[in-house]
Amino acid sequence: MNLRLNWIALCTLVKKEFIRVIRIWLQTIVPPAITMTLYFIIFGSLIGRRIGSMDGYDYMQYIAPGLIMMSVITNSYGNVVSSFFGAKFARHIEEMLVAPMSSATIIIGHVAGGVIRGLLVGAMVTVVALAFTRLEVEHPFITLSMVLLTSIVFSLAGFINAIFARKFDDISIVPTFVLTPLTYLGGVFYSISLLPELWQKLSLLNPILYMVNAFRYGVLGTSDIDIAHAYLIVLLFVVGLFTVSLLLLKRGVGMRE
Amino acid sequence: MEWHAHLTRGTFPPTIRAAMHALSIRNLKKVYPNGVQALKGIDFAVEAGDFYALLGPNGAGKTTAIGIVCSLVNKTGGEVRVFGHSIDSELEAAKSCIGLVPQEINLNLFDTVQNIVLNQAGYYGIGRALALQRAEKYLKELRLWDRRFDTARNLSGGMKRRLMIARALAHEPKLLILDEPTAGVDIEIRRSMWNFLRRINEQGTTIILTTHYLEEAESLCRHVAIIDEGRIIEDARMSTVLRKLQREVFVLSLRDPLQAVPELPGFEAVLLSPEELEVAVDAQHDLNALFEALNSRGIKVLSLRNKANRLEEMFIGLVETRQEAGAAVS
Repeated sequence: MNLRLNWIALCTLVKKEFIRVIRIWLQTIVPPAITMTLYFIIFGSLIGRRIGSMDGYDYMQYIAPGLIMMSVITNSYGNVVSSFFGAKFARHIEEMLVAPMSSATIIIGHVAGGVIRGLLVGAMVTVVALAFTRLEVEHPFITLSMVLLTSIVFSLAGFINAIFARKFDDISIVPTFVLTPLTYLGGVFYSISLLPELWQKLSLLNPILYMVNAFRYGVLGTSDIDIAHAYLIVLLFVVGLFTVSLLLLKRGVGMRE
Repeated sequence: MEWHAHLTRGTFPPTIRAAMHALSIRNLKKVYPNGVQALKGIDFAVEAGDFYALLGPNGAGKTTAIGIVCSLVNKTGGEVRVFGHSIDSELEAAKSCIGLVPQEINLNLFDTVQNIVLNQAGYYGIGRALALQRAEKYLKELRLWDRRFDTARNLSGGMKRRLMIARALAHEPKLLILDEPTAGVDIEIRRSMWNFLRRINEQGTTIILTTHYLEEAESLCRHVAIIDEGRIIEDARMSTVLRKLQREVFVLSLRDPLQAVPELPGFEAVLLSPEELEVAVDAQHDLNALFEALNSRGIKVLSLRNKANRLEEMFIGLVETRQEAGAAVS
Protein backbone atom coordinates (compact mmCIF):
# COMPACT_ATOMS: atom_id res chain seq x y z
CA MET A 1 0.00 0.00 0.00
CA ASN A 2 1.28 3.45 -0.93
CA LEU A 3 1.13 5.29 2.41
CA ARG A 4 1.65 8.80 1.02
CA LEU A 5 -1.10 8.30 -1.57
CA ASN A 6 -3.51 7.00 1.06
CA TRP A 7 -2.66 9.78 3.52
CA ILE A 8 -3.41 12.46 0.91
CA ALA A 9 -6.58 10.62 -0.13
CA LEU A 10 -7.68 10.35 3.51
CA CYS A 11 -7.06 14.06 4.17
CA THR A 12 -9.05 14.88 1.01
CA LEU A 13 -11.96 12.69 2.07
CA VAL A 14 -12.02 13.98 5.66
CA LYS A 15 -11.94 17.57 4.44
CA LYS A 16 -14.78 16.84 2.02
CA GLU A 17 -16.86 15.23 4.79
CA PHE A 18 -16.14 18.12 7.17
CA ILE A 19 -17.21 20.65 4.54
CA ARG A 20 -20.40 18.64 3.99
CA VAL A 21 -21.27 18.73 7.71
CA ILE A 22 -20.66 22.46 7.90
CA ARG A 23 -22.35 23.25 4.55
CA ILE A 24 -25.62 21.68 5.66
CA TRP A 25 -25.36 22.81 9.31
CA LEU A 26 -29.10 23.49 9.40
CA GLN A 27 -29.65 19.76 8.87
CA THR A 28 -26.66 18.43 10.78
CA ILE A 29 -26.01 20.63 13.81
CA VAL A 30 -29.11 22.66 14.65
CA PRO A 31 -31.89 19.98 14.82
CA PRO A 32 -30.14 17.82 17.46
CA ALA A 33 -29.46 20.91 19.56
CA ILE A 34 -33.15 21.87 19.45
CA THR A 35 -34.29 18.29 20.19
CA MET A 36 -31.95 17.98 23.15
CA THR A 37 -33.02 21.37 24.52
CA LEU A 38 -36.60 20.06 24.50
CA TYR A 39 -35.49 16.87 26.27
CA PHE A 40 -33.80 18.96 28.96
CA ILE A 41 -36.86 21.20 29.40
CA ILE A 42 -39.45 18.40 29.42
CA PHE A 43 -37.69 15.42 31.01
CA GLY A 44 -35.14 17.32 33.07
CA SER A 45 -36.81 20.49 34.21
CA LEU A 46 -40.57 19.73 34.20
CA ILE A 47 -40.85 15.96 34.85
CA GLY A 48 -37.41 15.60 36.48
CA ARG A 49 -38.41 17.79 39.45
CA ARG A 50 -41.07 15.24 40.41
CA ILE A 51 -38.70 12.29 39.96
CA GLY A 52 -36.17 13.62 42.43
CA SER A 53 -32.70 12.06 42.50
CA MET A 54 -31.23 9.06 40.66
CA ASP A 55 -28.11 7.30 42.03
CA GLY A 56 -27.61 10.32 44.26
CA TYR A 57 -27.68 12.92 41.46
CA ASP A 58 -30.56 15.19 40.58
CA TYR A 59 -32.42 13.85 37.56
CA MET A 60 -31.28 16.59 35.17
CA GLN A 61 -27.67 15.88 36.05
CA TYR A 62 -28.21 12.13 35.72
CA ILE A 63 -29.72 12.24 32.21
CA ALA A 64 -27.32 14.86 30.79
CA PRO A 65 -24.48 12.37 29.95
CA GLY A 66 -27.05 9.98 28.45
CA LEU A 67 -28.54 12.69 26.26
CA ILE A 68 -25.08 13.79 25.10
CA MET A 69 -24.27 10.18 24.22
CA MET A 70 -27.63 9.72 22.50
CA SER A 71 -26.97 12.70 20.24
CA VAL A 72 -23.44 11.46 19.47
CA ILE A 73 -24.77 8.00 18.56
CA THR A 74 -27.60 9.16 16.28
CA ASN A 75 -25.53 11.85 14.56
CA SER A 76 -22.46 9.70 13.95
CA TYR A 77 -24.66 7.00 12.47
CA GLY A 78 -26.82 9.44 10.50
CA ASN A 79 -23.88 11.29 9.01
CA VAL A 80 -22.14 8.25 7.57
CA VAL A 81 -25.26 6.48 6.39
CA SER A 82 -26.57 9.55 4.55
CA SER A 83 -23.20 10.65 3.16
CA PHE A 84 -22.15 7.24 1.86
CA PHE A 85 -25.58 6.21 0.61
CA GLY A 86 -26.01 9.66 -1.00
CA ALA A 87 -22.71 9.15 -2.83
CA LYS A 88 -23.83 5.67 -3.89
CA PHE A 89 -27.22 6.91 -5.02
CA ALA A 90 -25.78 9.81 -7.06
CA ARG A 91 -22.97 7.48 -8.15
CA HIS A 92 -20.15 9.86 -7.25
CA ILE A 93 -18.91 7.07 -4.97
CA GLU A 94 -17.33 5.92 -8.25
CA GLU A 95 -14.82 8.78 -7.85
CA MET A 96 -13.38 6.81 -4.93
CA LEU A 97 -13.88 3.33 -6.32
CA VAL A 98 -11.88 4.02 -9.50
CA ALA A 99 -9.06 5.69 -7.53
CA PRO A 100 -6.11 3.76 -6.09
CA MET A 101 -7.00 4.70 -2.48
CA SER A 102 -7.48 1.62 -0.31
CA SER A 103 -10.82 0.37 0.99
CA ALA A 104 -9.60 1.06 4.54
CA THR A 105 -8.96 4.69 3.61
CA ILE A 106 -12.50 5.04 2.25
CA ILE A 107 -13.93 3.61 5.48
CA ILE A 108 -11.71 5.66 7.81
CA GLY A 109 -12.50 8.86 5.87
CA HIS A 110 -16.23 8.34 6.19
CA VAL A 111 -15.96 7.31 9.84
CA ALA A 112 -13.96 10.48 10.49
CA GLY A 113 -16.87 12.47 9.01
CA GLY A 114 -19.28 10.69 11.37
CA VAL A 115 -17.01 11.31 14.35
CA ILE A 116 -16.61 14.99 13.47
CA ARG A 117 -20.37 15.48 13.32
CA GLY A 118 -21.03 13.31 16.37
CA LEU A 119 -18.51 15.22 18.49
CA LEU A 120 -19.64 18.63 17.19
CA VAL A 121 -23.24 17.85 18.10
CA GLY A 122 -22.11 16.28 21.39
CA ALA A 123 -20.23 19.45 22.25
CA MET A 124 -23.26 21.58 21.38
CA VAL A 125 -25.56 19.42 23.51
CA THR A 126 -23.04 19.71 26.37
CA VAL A 127 -23.27 23.50 26.12
CA VAL A 128 -27.10 23.23 26.18
CA ALA A 129 -26.89 20.88 29.20
CA LEU A 130 -24.70 23.38 31.05
CA ALA A 131 -27.49 25.93 30.72
CA PHE A 132 -29.73 23.58 32.76
CA THR A 133 -27.39 21.79 35.15
CA ARG A 134 -23.86 21.59 36.51
CA LEU A 135 -21.49 19.00 35.04
CA GLU A 136 -18.01 18.38 36.41
CA VAL A 137 -16.05 15.76 34.55
CA GLU A 138 -14.81 13.20 37.08
CA HIS A 139 -12.66 11.10 34.70
CA PRO A 140 -11.67 13.10 31.58
CA PHE A 141 -9.85 10.24 29.82
CA ILE A 142 -12.77 7.83 30.22
CA THR A 143 -15.21 10.53 29.14
CA LEU A 144 -13.30 11.46 25.98
CA SER A 145 -12.20 7.96 24.99
CA MET A 146 -15.69 6.50 25.47
CA VAL A 147 -17.42 9.21 23.45
CA LEU A 148 -14.83 8.83 20.69
CA LEU A 149 -15.06 5.02 20.58
CA THR A 150 -18.86 5.11 20.64
CA SER A 151 -18.88 7.58 17.78
CA ILE A 152 -16.56 5.28 15.80
CA VAL A 153 -18.79 2.25 16.49
CA PHE A 154 -21.92 3.96 15.22
CA SER A 155 -20.16 5.56 12.27
CA LEU A 156 -19.06 2.07 11.22
CA ALA A 157 -22.58 0.74 11.75
CA GLY A 158 -23.91 3.56 9.55
CA PHE A 159 -21.35 2.66 6.90
CA ILE A 160 -22.51 -0.96 6.81
CA ASN A 161 -26.16 0.15 6.63
CA ALA A 162 -25.28 2.40 3.66
CA ILE A 163 -23.49 -0.45 1.88
CA PHE A 164 -26.59 -2.64 1.98
CA ALA A 165 -29.12 0.17 1.37
CA ARG A 166 -30.66 0.24 -2.10
CA LYS A 167 -33.19 3.02 -1.54
CA PHE A 168 -33.63 5.92 0.86
CA ASP A 169 -36.14 3.93 2.97
CA ASP A 170 -33.36 1.47 3.77
CA ILE A 171 -31.31 4.10 5.58
CA SER A 172 -34.14 5.01 7.95
CA ILE A 173 -35.23 1.47 8.89
CA VAL A 174 -32.29 0.70 11.19
CA PRO A 175 -32.34 4.07 13.03
CA THR A 176 -36.12 3.84 13.51
CA PHE A 177 -36.53 0.19 14.45
CA VAL A 178 -33.17 -0.67 16.01
CA LEU A 179 -31.14 2.34 17.04
CA THR A 180 -33.85 4.45 18.70
CA PRO A 181 -35.34 1.61 20.83
CA LEU A 182 -31.86 0.43 21.90
CA THR A 183 -30.88 3.97 22.81
CA TYR A 184 -34.04 4.63 24.84
CA LEU A 185 -33.63 1.28 26.59
CA GLY A 186 -29.89 1.84 27.03
CA GLY A 187 -30.04 3.63 30.35
CA VAL A 188 -30.19 7.18 29.04
CA PHE A 189 -33.16 8.12 31.25
CA TYR A 190 -32.92 5.61 34.09
CA SER A 191 -30.67 3.34 36.08
CA ILE A 192 -31.26 -0.32 35.28
CA SER A 193 -31.37 -0.95 39.04
CA LEU A 194 -34.96 0.34 38.80
CA LEU A 195 -35.91 -2.56 36.49
CA PRO A 196 -37.16 -6.03 37.52
CA GLU A 197 -34.37 -8.62 37.52
CA LEU A 198 -35.33 -10.19 34.18
CA TRP A 199 -35.28 -6.83 32.41
CA GLN A 200 -31.99 -5.95 34.08
CA LYS A 201 -30.47 -9.11 32.58
CA LEU A 202 -31.99 -8.41 29.18
CA SER A 203 -30.68 -4.85 29.32
CA LEU A 204 -27.16 -6.21 29.65
CA LEU A 205 -27.48 -7.51 26.06
CA ASN A 206 -27.84 -3.93 24.85
CA PRO A 207 -24.39 -2.58 23.89
CA ILE A 208 -25.58 1.01 24.17
CA LEU A 209 -26.11 0.48 27.90
CA TYR A 210 -22.37 -0.05 28.35
CA MET A 211 -21.44 3.02 26.33
CA VAL A 212 -23.90 5.32 28.09
CA ASN A 213 -22.93 4.06 31.54
CA ALA A 214 -19.20 4.27 30.89
CA PHE A 215 -19.63 7.83 29.65
CA ARG A 216 -21.80 8.66 32.66
CA TYR A 217 -19.09 7.21 34.88
CA GLY A 218 -16.56 9.47 33.18
CA VAL A 219 -18.70 12.55 33.80
CA LEU A 220 -20.44 11.84 37.13
CA GLY A 221 -18.51 8.91 38.56
CA THR A 222 -21.51 6.55 38.74
CA SER A 223 -22.30 3.53 36.56
CA ASP A 224 -24.58 0.45 36.48
CA ILE A 225 -21.90 -1.68 34.84
CA ASP A 226 -18.21 -2.50 35.06
CA ILE A 227 -16.13 0.02 33.06
CA ALA A 228 -13.62 -2.63 31.92
CA HIS A 229 -16.50 -4.60 30.38
CA ALA A 230 -17.68 -1.46 28.62
CA TYR A 231 -14.24 -0.88 27.06
CA LEU A 232 -13.95 -4.51 26.01
CA ILE A 233 -17.36 -4.49 24.34
CA VAL A 234 -16.80 -1.18 22.58
CA LEU A 235 -13.37 -2.22 21.30
CA LEU A 236 -14.77 -5.54 20.07
CA PHE A 237 -17.46 -3.67 18.20
CA VAL A 238 -14.91 -1.31 16.64
CA VAL A 239 -12.73 -4.19 15.42
CA GLY A 240 -15.70 -6.34 14.34
CA LEU A 241 -17.57 -3.63 12.46
CA PHE A 242 -14.40 -2.34 10.79
CA THR A 243 -13.55 -5.85 9.60
CA VAL A 244 -17.06 -6.38 8.24
CA SER A 245 -17.01 -2.98 6.51
CA LEU A 246 -13.65 -3.78 4.92
CA LEU A 247 -14.79 -7.18 3.64
CA LEU A 248 -18.02 -5.75 2.23
CA LEU A 249 -16.27 -2.86 0.51
CA LYS A 250 -13.52 -5.05 -0.94
CA ARG A 251 -16.09 -7.45 -2.32
CA GLY A 252 -18.04 -4.51 -3.71
CA VAL A 253 -21.29 -5.57 -2.04
CA GLY A 254 -24.07 -3.21 -3.09
CA MET A 255 -21.79 -1.44 -5.55
CA ARG A 256 -19.87 -3.67 -7.92
CA GLU A 257 -22.58 -6.23 -8.50
CA MET B 1 12.74 8.44 -34.32
CA GLU B 2 11.12 9.87 -31.21
CA TRP B 3 8.99 7.83 -28.84
CA HIS B 4 5.76 9.64 -29.69
CA ALA B 5 6.37 9.32 -33.41
CA HIS B 6 6.72 5.57 -32.90
CA LEU B 7 3.47 5.49 -30.95
CA THR B 8 1.41 7.47 -33.43
CA ARG B 9 2.81 5.69 -36.49
CA GLY B 10 2.76 2.25 -34.86
CA THR B 11 6.24 1.49 -36.12
CA PHE B 12 7.47 -0.52 -33.14
CA PRO B 13 8.23 -4.20 -33.86
CA PRO B 14 5.35 -6.51 -32.84
CA THR B 15 7.29 -8.05 -29.94
CA ILE B 16 7.87 -4.65 -28.34
CA ARG B 17 4.29 -3.56 -29.05
CA ALA B 18 2.94 -6.64 -27.26
CA ALA B 19 4.94 -5.76 -24.17
CA MET B 20 3.62 -2.22 -24.01
CA HIS B 21 -0.10 -2.65 -24.33
CA ALA B 22 -2.00 0.03 -22.51
CA LEU B 23 -4.78 -2.47 -21.97
CA SER B 24 -4.80 -6.18 -22.46
CA ILE B 25 -7.98 -8.21 -21.95
CA ARG B 26 -8.07 -12.00 -22.18
CA ASN B 27 -11.12 -14.25 -21.99
CA LEU B 28 -13.04 -11.68 -19.97
CA LYS B 29 -16.39 -12.97 -18.76
CA LYS B 30 -19.20 -11.43 -16.81
CA VAL B 31 -22.40 -13.09 -15.69
CA TYR B 32 -24.71 -10.83 -13.66
CA PRO B 33 -26.58 -12.26 -10.63
CA ASN B 34 -29.79 -12.30 -12.72
CA GLY B 35 -28.10 -14.73 -15.12
CA VAL B 36 -27.44 -12.26 -17.94
CA GLN B 37 -24.17 -13.12 -19.69
CA ALA B 38 -22.88 -9.65 -20.49
CA LEU B 39 -19.41 -10.77 -21.66
CA LYS B 40 -18.78 -14.21 -23.12
CA GLY B 41 -15.00 -14.33 -23.02
CA ILE B 42 -13.72 -11.30 -24.92
CA ASP B 43 -10.10 -10.67 -25.92
CA PHE B 44 -8.60 -7.44 -27.12
CA ALA B 45 -5.52 -5.32 -26.64
CA VAL B 46 -4.97 -1.59 -26.95
CA GLU B 47 -1.53 -0.38 -27.90
CA ALA B 48 0.03 2.42 -25.87
CA GLY B 49 -0.64 5.75 -27.55
CA ASP B 50 -3.55 4.44 -29.62
CA PHE B 51 -6.94 6.08 -30.06
CA TYR B 52 -9.21 3.06 -29.84
CA ALA B 53 -12.95 2.86 -30.52
CA LEU B 54 -15.02 0.26 -28.71
CA LEU B 55 -18.34 0.15 -30.50
CA GLY B 56 -21.48 -1.89 -30.20
CA PRO B 57 -25.25 -1.65 -29.95
CA ASN B 58 -26.94 -0.87 -26.62
CA GLY B 59 -26.50 -3.74 -24.17
CA ALA B 60 -23.62 -5.24 -26.15
CA GLY B 61 -21.30 -5.27 -23.12
CA LYS B 62 -19.17 -2.15 -23.68
CA THR B 63 -19.96 -0.47 -20.37
CA THR B 64 -19.58 -3.77 -18.49
CA ALA B 65 -16.12 -4.26 -20.00
CA ILE B 66 -15.12 -0.71 -19.07
CA GLY B 67 -16.62 -1.15 -15.60
CA ILE B 68 -14.46 -4.23 -15.01
CA VAL B 69 -11.30 -2.46 -16.23
CA CYS B 70 -12.02 0.45 -13.87
CA SER B 71 -12.98 -1.74 -10.86
CA LEU B 72 -16.62 -0.67 -10.88
CA VAL B 73 -17.88 -4.14 -11.80
CA ASN B 74 -16.62 -7.50 -10.50
CA LYS B 75 -15.56 -9.86 -13.29
CA THR B 76 -16.68 -13.49 -13.43
CA GLY B 77 -13.50 -14.68 -15.16
CA GLY B 78 -10.59 -13.66 -17.34
CA GLU B 79 -7.62 -11.37 -17.08
CA VAL B 80 -7.21 -7.61 -17.35
CA ARG B 81 -3.85 -5.87 -17.47
CA VAL B 82 -3.35 -2.11 -17.56
CA PHE B 83 0.15 -1.18 -18.75
CA GLY B 84 1.18 -4.66 -17.62
CA HIS B 85 -0.41 -4.38 -14.15
CA SER B 86 -2.97 -7.07 -13.40
CA ILE B 87 -6.15 -5.78 -11.76
CA ASP B 88 -6.09 -8.94 -9.62
CA SER B 89 -2.62 -8.62 -8.13
CA GLU B 90 -1.58 -4.97 -8.75
CA LEU B 91 -4.87 -3.13 -8.52
CA GLU B 92 -3.44 0.08 -7.07
CA ALA B 93 -0.87 0.41 -9.87
CA ALA B 94 -3.47 -0.47 -12.52
CA LYS B 95 -5.95 2.10 -11.16
CA SER B 96 -3.28 4.81 -11.09
CA CYS B 97 -2.90 4.49 -14.86
CA ILE B 98 -6.59 4.95 -15.69
CA GLY B 99 -8.86 7.98 -15.95
CA LEU B 100 -12.55 7.28 -16.50
CA VAL B 101 -15.25 9.46 -18.01
CA PRO B 102 -18.41 7.43 -17.38
CA GLN B 103 -21.54 7.31 -19.49
CA GLU B 104 -23.87 8.57 -16.72
CA ILE B 105 -23.34 11.93 -15.05
CA ASN B 106 -21.90 10.93 -11.67
CA LEU B 107 -20.84 14.25 -10.22
CA ASN B 108 -21.47 15.42 -6.67
CA LEU B 109 -23.93 18.08 -7.79
CA PHE B 110 -23.64 20.01 -4.52
CA ASP B 111 -19.88 20.42 -4.79
CA THR B 112 -18.11 23.16 -6.72
CA VAL B 113 -16.48 22.56 -10.08
CA GLN B 114 -12.99 23.17 -8.72
CA ASN B 115 -13.50 21.03 -5.62
CA ILE B 116 -14.65 18.10 -7.74
CA VAL B 117 -11.36 18.14 -9.68
CA LEU B 118 -9.28 18.78 -6.54
CA ASN B 119 -10.95 15.94 -4.65
CA GLN B 120 -10.39 13.51 -7.50
CA ALA B 121 -6.71 14.50 -7.61
CA GLY B 122 -6.55 13.95 -3.85
CA TYR B 123 -8.03 10.46 -4.16
CA TYR B 124 -5.13 9.64 -6.51
CA GLY B 125 -2.60 10.96 -3.99
CA ILE B 126 -1.86 14.24 -5.78
CA GLY B 127 -0.80 16.95 -3.31
CA ARG B 128 -2.82 20.15 -2.99
CA ALA B 129 -0.39 22.48 -4.82
CA LEU B 130 -0.08 20.23 -7.87
CA ALA B 131 -3.82 19.50 -7.81
CA LEU B 132 -4.56 23.23 -7.98
CA GLN B 133 -2.25 23.56 -11.01
CA ARG B 134 -3.91 20.62 -12.75
CA ALA B 135 -7.41 21.91 -11.95
CA GLU B 136 -6.54 25.29 -13.46
CA LYS B 137 -4.93 23.71 -16.52
CA TYR B 138 -7.77 21.35 -17.41
CA LEU B 139 -10.65 23.61 -16.38
CA LYS B 140 -9.16 26.31 -18.62
CA GLU B 141 -8.64 23.89 -21.51
CA LEU B 142 -12.20 22.67 -21.18
CA ARG B 143 -13.56 26.21 -20.80
CA LEU B 144 -14.85 25.77 -17.26
CA TRP B 145 -12.41 27.97 -15.36
CA ASP B 146 -14.86 30.87 -15.13
CA ARG B 147 -17.38 28.53 -13.52
CA ARG B 148 -14.96 26.99 -11.01
CA PHE B 149 -16.79 28.26 -7.94
CA ASP B 150 -20.25 27.24 -9.21
CA THR B 151 -21.83 24.06 -7.92
CA ALA B 152 -22.03 21.28 -10.49
CA ARG B 153 -25.84 21.31 -10.48
CA ASN B 154 -25.76 24.80 -12.01
CA LEU B 155 -23.86 23.61 -15.09
CA SER B 156 -25.44 22.71 -18.42
CA GLY B 157 -25.34 19.11 -19.66
CA GLY B 158 -22.36 19.82 -21.93
CA MET B 159 -20.48 21.51 -19.11
CA LYS B 160 -21.09 18.56 -16.80
CA ARG B 161 -19.61 16.24 -19.46
CA ARG B 162 -16.56 18.49 -19.84
CA LEU B 163 -16.19 18.60 -16.06
CA MET B 164 -16.13 14.81 -15.99
CA ILE B 165 -13.26 14.90 -18.52
CA ALA B 166 -11.36 17.46 -16.41
CA ARG B 167 -11.95 15.30 -13.34
CA ALA B 168 -10.65 12.19 -15.13
CA LEU B 169 -7.49 14.05 -16.14
CA ALA B 170 -6.71 15.40 -12.66
CA HIS B 171 -4.05 12.72 -12.13
CA GLU B 172 -2.91 12.83 -15.79
CA PRO B 173 -3.63 9.16 -16.52
CA LYS B 174 -1.74 7.22 -19.18
CA LEU B 175 -5.02 5.61 -20.28
CA LEU B 176 -8.19 7.67 -20.62
CA ILE B 177 -11.44 5.76 -21.05
CA LEU B 178 -14.43 7.72 -22.31
CA ASP B 179 -17.82 6.02 -22.28
CA GLU B 180 -20.05 8.03 -24.64
CA PRO B 181 -18.53 11.37 -23.62
CA THR B 182 -20.43 13.47 -26.15
CA ALA B 183 -23.92 12.04 -25.62
CA GLY B 184 -26.42 14.89 -25.70
CA VAL B 185 -23.75 17.52 -26.40
CA ASP B 186 -24.31 20.11 -29.13
CA ILE B 187 -22.22 19.92 -32.28
CA GLU B 188 -19.99 22.91 -31.51
CA ILE B 189 -18.98 21.61 -28.10
CA ARG B 190 -18.65 18.10 -29.51
CA ARG B 191 -16.17 19.35 -32.12
CA SER B 192 -14.18 21.26 -29.49
CA MET B 193 -14.12 18.11 -27.33
CA TRP B 194 -12.81 16.15 -30.34
CA ASN B 195 -10.01 18.65 -30.81
CA PHE B 196 -9.14 18.45 -27.12
CA LEU B 197 -9.07 14.65 -27.17
CA ARG B 198 -6.92 14.62 -30.32
CA ARG B 199 -4.49 16.97 -28.59
CA ILE B 200 -4.09 14.90 -25.44
CA ASN B 201 -3.74 11.74 -27.56
CA GLU B 202 -0.96 13.43 -29.54
CA GLN B 203 0.71 14.23 -26.23
CA GLY B 204 0.87 10.49 -25.49
CA THR B 205 -2.35 9.60 -23.64
CA THR B 206 -3.89 6.35 -24.84
CA ILE B 207 -7.63 6.83 -25.37
CA ILE B 208 -10.44 4.28 -25.48
CA LEU B 209 -13.71 5.71 -26.69
CA THR B 210 -17.18 4.24 -26.83
CA THR B 211 -19.75 6.22 -28.74
CA HIS B 212 -22.95 5.88 -30.69
CA TYR B 213 -21.82 8.67 -33.01
CA LEU B 214 -19.90 6.58 -35.52
CA GLU B 215 -18.77 9.71 -37.33
CA GLU B 216 -16.98 10.55 -34.08
CA ALA B 217 -15.23 7.17 -33.95
CA GLU B 218 -14.27 7.35 -37.64
CA SER B 219 -12.94 10.86 -37.26
CA LEU B 220 -10.94 10.28 -34.06
CA CYS B 221 -9.92 6.64 -33.75
CA ARG B 222 -7.16 4.67 -35.43
CA HIS B 223 -8.34 1.28 -34.23
CA VAL B 224 -11.84 -0.11 -33.83
CA ALA B 225 -13.33 -3.09 -32.01
CA ILE B 226 -16.99 -3.94 -32.39
CA ILE B 227 -18.69 -5.85 -29.60
CA ASP B 228 -22.09 -7.47 -29.95
CA GLU B 229 -23.95 -9.72 -27.52
CA GLY B 230 -20.88 -10.03 -25.31
CA ARG B 231 -18.45 -11.05 -28.09
CA ILE B 232 -15.90 -9.11 -30.13
CA ILE B 233 -16.98 -9.40 -33.76
CA GLU B 234 -14.42 -7.06 -35.31
CA ASP B 235 -11.04 -5.82 -34.08
CA ALA B 236 -8.74 -4.08 -36.57
CA ARG B 237 -7.20 -0.79 -37.68
CA MET B 238 -9.89 1.68 -38.73
CA SER B 239 -8.54 1.79 -42.29
CA THR B 240 -8.67 -2.02 -42.54
CA VAL B 241 -12.25 -2.11 -41.29
CA LEU B 242 -13.37 0.58 -43.71
CA ARG B 243 -11.72 -1.21 -46.64
CA LYS B 244 -14.02 -4.15 -45.94
CA LEU B 245 -17.01 -2.00 -46.71
CA GLN B 246 -18.66 -3.65 -49.72
CA ARG B 247 -21.13 -0.94 -50.59
CA GLU B 248 -21.48 2.79 -50.05
CA VAL B 249 -24.62 4.82 -50.62
CA PHE B 250 -24.34 8.38 -51.93
CA VAL B 251 -26.93 11.11 -52.27
CA LEU B 252 -26.41 13.35 -55.33
CA SER B 253 -27.88 16.85 -55.69
CA LEU B 254 -28.83 17.38 -59.33
CA ARG B 255 -28.69 20.59 -61.34
CA ASP B 256 -31.76 19.72 -63.43
CA PRO B 257 -34.78 17.91 -61.99
CA LEU B 258 -35.47 14.36 -63.17
CA GLN B 259 -38.92 12.87 -63.71
CA ALA B 260 -37.86 9.20 -63.59
CA VAL B 261 -34.99 7.10 -62.25
CA PRO B 262 -32.25 7.08 -64.89
CA GLU B 263 -30.84 3.75 -66.03
CA LEU B 264 -27.30 3.47 -64.66
CA PRO B 265 -25.84 0.03 -65.54
CA GLY B 266 -24.10 -1.57 -62.57
CA PHE B 267 -25.56 0.89 -60.06
CA GLU B 268 -28.70 0.78 -57.95
CA ALA B 269 -30.43 4.19 -58.02
CA VAL B 270 -33.49 5.64 -56.28
CA LEU B 271 -35.00 9.07 -56.92
CA LEU B 272 -35.55 10.70 -53.53
CA SER B 273 -36.99 13.88 -55.08
CA PRO B 274 -36.72 15.39 -58.59
CA GLU B 275 -33.43 17.05 -57.51
CA GLU B 276 -31.99 14.23 -55.34
CA LEU B 277 -30.75 10.88 -56.54
CA GLU B 278 -29.58 8.09 -54.21
CA VAL B 279 -27.02 5.72 -55.73
CA ALA B 280 -25.49 2.60 -54.19
CA VAL B 281 -21.89 1.96 -55.32
CA ASP B 282 -20.48 -1.56 -54.89
CA ALA B 283 -16.84 -2.24 -54.08
CA GLN B 284 -16.11 -3.41 -57.66
CA HIS B 285 -17.20 -0.06 -59.09
CA ASP B 286 -15.79 3.37 -58.50
CA LEU B 287 -17.16 6.87 -58.54
CA ASN B 288 -15.52 7.64 -61.91
CA ALA B 289 -17.67 4.95 -63.51
CA LEU B 290 -20.76 6.44 -61.88
CA PHE B 291 -19.96 9.95 -63.14
CA GLU B 292 -19.26 8.64 -66.65
CA ALA B 293 -22.70 6.97 -66.63
CA LEU B 294 -24.34 10.17 -65.38
CA ASN B 295 -22.47 12.33 -67.94
CA SER B 296 -23.47 10.08 -70.78
CA ARG B 297 -27.12 10.73 -69.83
CA GLY B 298 -26.58 14.47 -69.50
CA ILE B 299 -27.18 14.46 -65.76
CA LYS B 300 -25.19 17.19 -64.01
CA VAL B 301 -24.33 16.77 -60.33
CA LEU B 302 -24.02 19.83 -58.06
CA SER B 303 -22.86 18.04 -54.94
CA LEU B 304 -22.49 14.59 -53.41
CA ARG B 305 -22.60 13.25 -49.83
CA ASN B 306 -22.53 9.87 -48.08
CA LYS B 307 -26.02 8.81 -47.03
CA ALA B 308 -24.57 7.47 -43.77
CA ASN B 309 -21.00 7.61 -42.67
CA ARG B 310 -18.81 4.70 -43.78
CA LEU B 311 -18.21 3.23 -40.36
CA GLU B 312 -21.93 3.35 -39.68
CA GLU B 313 -22.62 1.32 -42.83
CA MET B 314 -19.93 -1.16 -41.83
CA PHE B 315 -21.28 -1.40 -38.29
CA ILE B 316 -24.88 -1.91 -39.36
CA GLY B 317 -23.74 -4.50 -41.91
CA LEU B 318 -21.81 -6.50 -39.30
CA VAL B 319 -24.54 -6.40 -36.66
CA GLU B 320 -27.29 -7.26 -39.17
CA THR B 321 -25.25 -10.14 -40.56
CA ARG B 322 -24.91 -11.59 -37.05
CA GLN B 323 -28.60 -11.13 -36.35
CA GLU B 324 -29.53 -12.87 -39.60
CA ALA B 325 -27.09 -15.70 -38.82
CA GLY B 326 -28.62 -16.03 -35.35
CA ALA B 327 -32.15 -16.11 -36.79
CA ALA B 328 -31.14 -18.73 -39.37
CA VAL B 329 -29.66 -20.98 -36.66
CA SER B 330 -32.74 -20.68 -34.45
